[in-house]
Amino acid sequence: MSDTTVQAIPETYDVALGGDVADYVALLKPRVMFLVVFTSLVGLVAAPGTMHPVLAVAALICIAVGAGASGALNMWYDADIDARMARTAARPVPQGAITPQEALTFGSVLAGFSVICLGLMANWVASALLAFTIAFYVFVYTMWLKRATPQNIVIGGAAGALPPMIGWAAATGTVSLESFVLFLIIFMWTPPHFWALALIRARDYERAGVPMLPVTHGADETRRQILIYSLILAPLGMVPSIMGFGGMLYTVVASILGAFFVVFAVDCYRTREGEAADRAAKHLFAYSVLYLFLLFTALLVEQGFGITGGSVLPLNWAL
Amino acid sequence: MQDAKAERKRRQRKRSVAIAWILATLVVLFFIVTIVRLGGHVFDRPA
Repeated sequence: MSDTTVQAIPETYDVALGGDVADYVALLKPRVMFLVVFTSLVGLVAAPGTMHPVLAVAALICIAVGAGASGALNMWYDADIDARMARTAARPVPQGAITPQEALTFGSVLAGFSVICLGLMANWVASALLAFTIAFYVFVYTMWLKRATPQNIVIGGAAGALPPMIGWAAATGTVSLESFVLFLIIFMWTPPHFWALALIRARDYERAGVPMLPVTHGADETRRQILIYSLILAPLGMVPSIMGFGGMLYTVVASILGAFFVVFAVDCYRTREGEAADRAAKHLFAYSVLYLFLLFTALLVEQGFGITGGSVLPLNWAL
Repeated sequence: MQDAKAERKRRQRKRSVAIAWILATLVVLFFIVTIVRLGGHVFDRPA
């Protein structure tokens, strides 16, 4: 990564121009929002019982806004780190397009709004879970763990793993073992996913002073940890099948995807030198995204279209 | 200077339009959700 891409936070923001709409959209971290909405949808559809489609869409919008609020608050607090990393230097706050105060206000208003609306439109259990997720991401992960320990993304990953539980709670008003399993799958998926990225961006993190595992314990230990988590994740992906809410399609998809996850993790573990090592980490990172998407898609298809023997109504909704 | 002024105005207008759209969408969303939550009772009239 070229050092020339590193920027310092501007001392004076160009407040005269004000942020463009695109800057505010970027503040919401749209790609993370998409993943959050998708996993929430799976939790919502996989949940037993029925939910009116309008209320389901409204709940998903609230969850999406809550996720966006977390992103905005994260960018407010991490502006100093973001400015020092090539991957994040172009974000609106370090660029000076939006002031930290604007990002803080924007994020806070959206967070409060999303939590209250989810409570009113779905139920207060889902609302409380969303509030907890936002608070955990902002206060525990962003403000504390990220700068304090190499276990930052392991513990902080809980925030990213909660959306299926929120979706499930929105549909049922409860938290169940099944939704907890969905949480666990994303929770165990997060370390190999982020550490694969951290292996590639280790210098970036080092320069920004973020104690990611490759920075504090080296690349070899990171590869070892990635392999351990991958070996736990692969069988964990089969638990929905064992518990009965994953059918034949899910079982086949989870088996194949899990096996390939381990293959990519082993390749990353064994390839330690030169460009090949970077390539192996990149492959694992890219595959991890595909893994989660396809795994949850399999569950969505099965549950949504009643392939496991449930409702034959699309998306299991009461019309 | 003139360019900056025009750009500021353009951004302000875009923000205003975006806020207007969001507010309008929210009004529609709240209306529909209210109707759905009320269910069949929405057509009940006092005797």
